[in-house]
Amino acid sequence: MSAAAPAAAPTAGLRVLERFRRHRLAMFGAVTIATLTLACFLGPFLLPFDDTYIDIMQRFAAPFGGAHILGTDELGRDMLARILMGGRVSLLVGFVAMAIGMAVGILVGAVAGYYGGLVGTALMRFVDAVLCFPAIFLLLALAALVEPGLTSITLLIAATAWMDVARIVEGQIRSLRERDFAVAAEVLGATDRYIILRELVPNAVAPIVVAATLNVARAILLESYVSFLGYGIQPPVPSWGNMLNNAQIYLTSAPWLAILPGIAITLAVTSFNFLGDGLRDALDPRMDGR
Amino acid sequence: MTAAPVLQVEDLSVRFRTRGGEIAAVSGVSFAVRPGETLAVVGESGSGKSVTSLALMRLLPPGAAVTVTGRVGLRGKDGRMLDVLTLPEPEMRGVRGDAIAMVFQEPMTSLNPVKPVGEQIAEAIRLHRGLDRRAATEEVVRLLDLVGIPAPRQRLASYPHHLSGGMRQRVMIAMALSCEPAVLIADEPTTALDVTIQAQILDLLRRLQERTGMAVVFITHNLGVVAEIADRVMVMYGGRVVEQADVRPLFARPLMPYTVGLLRSVPRLDLAGRRAGPLPAIPGNVPDPLHMPEGCGFHPRCGDHVAGLCDARLPELESAGEARLVRCVRWRELTP
Repeated sequence: MSAAAPAAAPTAGLRVLERFRRHRLAMFGAVTIATLTLACFLGPFLLPFDDTYIDIMQRFAAPFGGAHILGTDELGRDMLARILMGGRVSLLVGFVAMAIGMAVGILVGAVAGYYGGLVGTALMRFVDAVLCFPAIFLLLALAALVEPGLTSITLLIAATAWMDVARIVEGQIRSLRERDFAVAAEVLGATDRYIILRELVPNAVAPIVVAATLNVARAILLESYVSFLGYGIQPPVPSWGNMLNNAQIYLTSAPWLAILPGIAITLAVTSFNFLGDGLRDALDPRMDGR
Repeated sequence: MTAAPVLQVEDLSVRFRTRGGEIAAVSGVSFAVRPGETLAVVGESGSGKSVTSLALMRLLPPGAAVTVTGRVGLRGKDGRMLDVLTLPEPEMRGVRGDAIAMVFQEPMTSLNPVKPVGEQIAEAIRLHRGLDRRAATEEVVRLLDLVGIPAPRQRLASYPHHLSGGMRQRVMIAMALSCEPAVLIADEPTTALDVTIQAQILDLLRRLQERTGMAVVFITHNLGVVAEIADRVMVMYGGRVVEQADVRPLFARPLMPYTVGLLRSVPRLDLAGRRAGPLPAIPGNVPDPLHMPEGCGFHPRCGDHVAGLCDARLPELESAGEARLVRCVRWRELTP
């Protein structure tokens, strides 16, 4: 009849934080994402220049010389302001698309995994079918049909992002469903919805969170692709992708127009990937030293 | 023991359709349990005892692959007898955990690993009793105290992996008792525990039963545990009841050769070193449910079987004295 004194045992949350802290790259990722997010959402208020303010006299100003810290583009717009405003768009699209994709994916995966049988098979074969389309072409095909814009591009990206979550969740729920505690909950008279949402999904949180972070990175990249190809966020609203698109013709004369949004995308995407890696390790209960 | 039964099972049969053919997992099982009574269901693995318990909760997967027939009457909280097998699912959900509850074999896996135990018990309470959060927490503390967990208030935030097996089984019992069920099904609740902890848990169950007057269906293959806890015993073999009796007469004078074999194969300290030869085991294995032998299911393993008699037709479950049933054509000649 011995049990660890609960006072001495740190809560699960604290232990996760502890393991996460030891993961250097993940910490770097988390700090970078926090900084980027803060800068993108607060920075534009502090800058003297508006991201769409055109100043023909100041075209192609090089970075680190003069009033425009990161230089200006072909219309004399401040690059820093555009990067930060573009970041708002990219991060917003990334997070919202991730959230929608997660919600749909968890729902589909949980229902398919829990009920199995005909329903499960039908749902998962549908997931497989959608997965067969290369995401980028699906996205471009759809983007050609609907009016490009922030909302539509977010929804489109979400529509290509929910399948892998559904697969992960389906596998998890299917195995968790057979565990004794799920049967125990059923014995106590719990409803299916209660068992799925309150008993099973919390046990699958680790892979879901990891998939979520990786999905943000993927969504940011996808938004950049689509905007780069001209189907995404439309100018003059800046996004990292359409800034790159813009920069193509000035690649030799004004390389910073391409390099700056490129760095921003790389930084954001790698940070989210590092964060995902770190969370995967931190949330893995097998790393739990008890 | 004259009160009306809280659980009355009549002619319960469960058949599974498998690729190899139809399996009769449980055939024509009938029994009744009264308030405060403990019925032990005994048998080897595959004798149908766990399937019976799942059928009582109606937890066998619905669909064409499983057929359940017979009648399971359960006294509900309002005193009405409920027909478990025909109750609509939403109502059945209200019965599960409320009028009938269950404790499982594996305390290590029956608790949700990512939730504090206090929360898990509180949710069990809130599912049926509609208490608010604070009242539910107080109730959890009372239950944990009732099942003998020291410093219950400090345990509320513990996760299952903070607790030992015996502690977890106590938590499971607290959860099962949270709505004061009329019937508790205990499916080998002590099998996974150390012997000393086993004794504590059995003791706990007995005390709780005295206190609440619930009926217990105790599923086990351990005859030592049966002697410890049961009032009545039902021996199952190959999905059928082969003997049913009060616990003392059964141990004193088993009638069915299978029961005799079971009792003989229990290691006994008082015979240690004086028994000639090895521990007498029942030869052979539980029959393949797809190929049940003709006649008495036990005859291929029975030392007393008579060709042409035992393998001819299935013996009836016949009365053998007061509150005793036996399924054997030769019990009169075999028992002195």
